[in-house]
Amino acid sequence: MAAFLDALTLQAGYNAALVAIGAALLGFAAGTAGTFLFLRKRALVSDAVAHATLPGVGIAFLVMVALGGEGRSLLGLLVGSAISAWVGLLLVDWIARRTRLAEDAAIGAVLSVFFGFGVVLLTVIQTLDRGRQAGLEDFLLGSTAGMLMQDAQIIAIGGALVVALIWMLRRPMTLVSFDAGYAATMGVDTRRIDLAMMALVMAVTVIGLKLVGLILIVALLIIPAVTARFWTNRVELVLWTAGAIGGLSGFVGAALSASAPDLPTGPIIVLIAAGFFALSLILAPARGVLAAGLAHRRFQARVHRRQGLLALVRGEPIHDPLTLRILRAEGVIRADGVATDKGRALAAKIARDERRWDVARRVHQDTSLTGRYDGLTPIEEVFTADQIADFDARLGPPQPVAG
Amino acid sequence: MGAEFVQFSLAPILIGVLASVACALPGNFLILRRQALIGDAISHVVLPGIVVAFLVTGTVAAFPMLMGAGMAALVAVVLIEAIRRLGGIEPGAAMGVVFTSLFAGGVLLLEQSDTSGVHLDVEHALMGNLETLIWLRAEGWGSLFDPVALAGLPPELPRMAVVAALIGCLTWVFWRPLKLSTFDEGFARAIGLPVSAISLGLVVTAAVAAVAAFDAVGSIIVIAMFICPPAAARLMTDSLSAQVWWSLGFAILSAILGYVLAGYGPIWLGFANSVSAAGMIATVSGVILGLACLVGPRRARVGVSAGA
Repeated sequence: MAAFLDALTLQAGYNAALVAIGAALLGFAAGTAGTFLFLRKRALVSDAVAHATLPGVGIAFLVMVALGGEGRSLLGLLVGSAISAWVGLLLVDWIARRTRLAEDAAIGAVLSVFFGFGVVLLTVIQTLDRGRQAGLEDFLLGSTAGMLMQDAQIIAIGGALVVALIWMLRRPMTLVSFDAGYAATMGVDTRRIDLAMMALVMAVTVIGLKLVGLILIVALLIIPAVTARFWTNRVELVLWTAGAIGGLSGFVGAALSASAPDLPTGPIIVLIAAGFFALSLILAPARGVLAAGLAHRRFQARVHRRQGLLALVRGEPIHDPLTLRILRAEGVIRADGVATDKGRALAAKIARDERRWDVARRVHQDTSLTGRYDGLTPIEEVFTADQIADFDARLGPPQPVAG
Repeated sequence: MGAEFVQFSLAPILIGVLASVACALPGNFLILRRQALIGDAISHVVLPGIVVAFLVTGTVAAFPMLMGAGMAALVAVVLIEAIRRLGGIEPGAAMGVVFTSLFAGGVLLLEQSDTSGVHLDVEHALMGNLETLIWLRAEGWGSLFDPVALAGLPPELPRMAVVAALIGCLTWVFWRPLKLSTFDEGFARAIGLPVSAISLGLVVTAAVAAVAAFDAVGSIIVIAMFICPPAAARLMTDSLSAQVWWSLGFAILSAILGYVLAGYGPIWLGFANSVSAAGMIATVSGVILGLACLVGPRRARVGVSAGA
């Protein structure tokens, strides 16, 4: 625990602090870049992009060795991975637009073929006797063990650039995400905006390779955005909430992994993000499971109360246990099921409401108002006092309730 | 093509072919239903499944591994559906959340537990070990009729053969309901077909294929074979039965050509070592798909001329 707190407060040594800050920056950039991808309903394109980086890593290594280097320059490997990821992206786009195959098939094809080819290249590299190839596998799952100041700088600068670009492009990207057709009529070049969106995702993927690896970077692009969406309906808030969730997951995850052995950074970061997601799925105020369950219970109670009161009006016996419980709790009926004075008054009011609605639906012209009749809404919420007085005039005097 | 071929290449090629066929068959329907990435998701969650199975049983025996992987695939499918419905999230994102989280969990468990004594690691899970499934006891083609030698076949071969045969039978038996519910779900429901059961059955079949093939050849081939041969076949024809036959042809071609190129290609080029067979099979299937995209007779969307 103490080790974890040390790591959280950046006291656990230079390298751990570097990794934690880098992971937080990466998480923030990934969360924001992933938001538009998610809103555009293309979340899994990131999967294709991530897997498509592998052959680039291999080719860059081979090229650097052929040029006489030792092939381990992170910048060189990242440039290679960016190029092959971009080729993969263009292929997904091309297959989905030019052939009858759907986008999901294009994504699956590109990710599996590029990854397979990347593995072929890795096995080629393993048989070379030149260059220091050990560690290329780290790009699969990420490794923070040997992270240098230079690596952290690449992540920090790259992440900051991505966030700045998203800030600049947020309006056209929002427009394209929600209504591409409308955006096109407004003069936005939707294809270019889409490509820019993808380029940002690709940039995040490439800078995240070293830290979390190409398989798990997908999680950092998708999970924070989905999580943030539970909490708000406003795009800008989703954007920055996703960034914050991603950054927090990155920071806490990196700190946790530094505080104990055998806790790989990438998976820990992803699992913490998944924890935020699970909490949001259950607890979020409007869209969460708990809130939806409570809303359902409230609605159920209203329906049962209304139906119970209407049964009282008609003098019919009530058998449904839930209805009886609700009416008893409110003091509308006695324990033996007979209506109290308060119950009769309420029932009379409900009965009058129903009769007013009957008249309203017969005589009123505006169906957008009368259409709001659902057997639950009191008429006072829809019509003005004058209108209701008019309905009452057609209705005749109040009638007593039976029982 | 003598004794050495039988000893070192026959079994892996057959296993590769059977795995490809087993994955390509359900892949045809997944592609048409726009569920192509279910295969991707399943092959990622197989890892936590086998890790948990290993932790529970303490062995790397095949059966508990297959059970664990199958359970994990089922858990993933249920979770994806639950998140999609409860959270109102689009299926792609729900899938992304579930499979990455489960995969991360699998890697973490693997690192936390002591599996150094057994052959269980992430790279093996991804890349498979097709090359090591050799038939040591074979001495030539004659060994095919020698019961003693046949008993020494890698156990993956009969297992994969059974799974491929099972999936072939299922496809044949349920052909009509599968076809109807894939192309016109509303009509299928109207004539009383259990549409959701068929859909779940298809995903479970895909999971069985993925898990069995994964055990033998790793998850790269699984994803590639779910998607590439059926996708290429889809660009060749408008008829579903023809598409299935094309996809089988492409799958078999990719498996054989990929294995041969990986095993012998580098030697032909003057290098000493072979490269990853699983990766090469995936690459070949991708090349086939690329060719189909460029020249397949039915490559364009309906109403758009090819080449436009």
